[in-house]
Amino acid sequence: MATATHTGMVRSHNEDSVNVEADIGLAVLADGMGGYNAGEVASGIATALITDETKQAMMRLDLRKPDGANGETAPCALLHDVVAKANESIYRAANSQPQYAGMGTTLVVGLFYDNKVAVAHIGDSRCYRLRDNKLEQITRDHSLLQEQIDSGLLTKEAARRSQNKNLVTRALGIEVSAAPEVHVHDVRSGDLYLMCSDGLNDMVEDEDIELAVSSLSSNLPLAASQLVQMANDAGGRDNVSVVLIKIKKDFPATDGWVSKVRSWFI
Amino acid sequence: MAKLILSLDDRVIKDFEISKERMTIGRKPHNDIQIDNLAVSGEHAMIMTILNDSFLEDLGSTNGTMVNGKAVKKHFLQPDDVVEIGKYKLRYVNEKAGKVSQEEFEKTMVLRAPANPAPAAPRPAATNTQTDIRGGRPTDTQAGFQTSTVSGAGAAQSASGQAAPAAKGAADLVNTQTNAGNAQPNAANAPQSPGKNAAEVQMQSGAESGGTIQILSGPNAGRELPLSKPLTTLGKPGMQVAVIARRPQGYFITHVEGTNFPVVNGKSLDAQAQKLKDHDIIELAGVKMEFFLKG
Repeated sequence: MATATHTGMVRSHNEDSVNVEADIGLAVLADGMGGYNAGEVASGIATALITDETKQAMMRLDLRKPDGANGETAPCALLHDVVAKANESIYRAANSQPQYAGMGTTLVVGLFYDNKVAVAHIGDSRCYRLRDNKLEQITRDHSLLQEQIDSGLLTKEAARRSQNKNLVTRALGIEVSAAPEVHVHDVRSGDLYLMCSDGLNDMVEDEDIELAVSSLSSNLPLAASQLVQMANDAGGRDNVSVVLIKIKKDFPATDGWVSKVRSWFI
Repeated sequence: MAKLILSLDDRVIKDFEISKERMTIGRKPHNDIQIDNLAVSGEHAMIMTILNDSFLEDLGSTNGTMVNGKAVKKHFLQPDDVVEIGKYKLRYVNEKAGKVSQEEFEKTMVLRAPANPAPAAPRPAATNTQTDIRGGRPTDTQAGFQTSTVSGAGAAQSASGQAAPAAKGAADLVNTQTNAGNAQPNAANAPQSPGKNAAEVQMQSGAESGGTIQILSGPNAGRELPLSKPLTTLGKPGMQVAVIARRPQGYFITHVEGTNFPVVNGKSLDAQAQKLKDHDIIELAGVKMEFFLKG
């Protein structure tokens, strides 16, 4: 696992927040928004709270069993639950303290377990997967542009020239409840997962991201700093954060599995 | 606020602010932009605007609509595009895309429907729109859409009140994708052009283009390797690998993997990247190579 975050070349604050916990297989990335330093506060609450809550929940849960209540698998339910808690906490802070009014954050969370990964996201922070040297985006932005692409109004190429890049349709902490999108993906050994804030994918083409992660996959910290550097070389108009997770080997769930997780990640 | 500057024979006649989601151009007086000339059709063209993006569409005019000298049916307008209708020219100016504090306006904001809580929102909405589109007319699926500002006061203001049009616009302009593709040649002019372009422009303007590696020893001696990609890896995976990054400031070599670090001009690298100079000699995985800049 490797992470890198940078304020970028233009902004004065870094409103991104990143946290990885290799021993529970968790990675969280949030891109905050809101005046003054409220964005940092929102993304900071999100990463800290989600990390803590997940840690606690993992003690209680058997991740392999489906959750009786609504048929969701336990990790999905867990992610829904921790994201809801983070939303509530940001929402409450935003509505009780005037300097935080209106703050919010986008979010992407990856929880690795039993040869799978559950990815929850909200807003335009993304998760990509590199498999067989092909980079694929496995989250779908909650943004005006993505809706326009879906409806056929814009092509992906035209969307890069749009002036409406900054509009997300969902975020954490804005409303009483938040709706993360959660999907479970099979994980293979050799896979590389990239989570990033829009500061990366707005500045660097997917093709170049693919080149960087595939050619530098043997040195994740270098790959992470290379991605940040590419975003900054291209103008670095926004904060840029990346998390890279490489799967060294299979990690089927076993009884003493928590203690073994650490060795699965670089 | 974007606007259109109408001119004839390089003489400016009038500015039109793009103030609503749909503005028509034509000869008849009811048009938002009236051009009273017989070469202009009664309803000649229209401009659909979704927040900060504007799209031009010819309404089946007799004499057609040109953008930057090319006939178009639909076109995603880029700053400084020149729309020609008969002998008249309309220059598209989007000040927002220009100097006005990029920082402020790029800040992420949330679009939301205030009444319905989030769960029902984006994904279903998108599919619904699609269905409506096939029906050919915009419905209210996204009409409840309103903007609410989360940050960036200035930018936020312009967003509110224009969001509902966004939904209708999406349905109306469904075929825009083709023209949007045509607009590509202008990409370099657009201040918002994606990062890669920006980097390439910088590369071209800088002296340091055409970096090349020539292998000096081993079985591939004599081979040249142009460093045309943003990153080029050298060496043997699992043994020793280095990468050369092409950046606006020049070419930089960095160690990637292996116990041995690459040697440049007889000196071993550390973990830091090192900028390459013309005719530097690199030793890597037992192979000697020279870096040079092609003129």
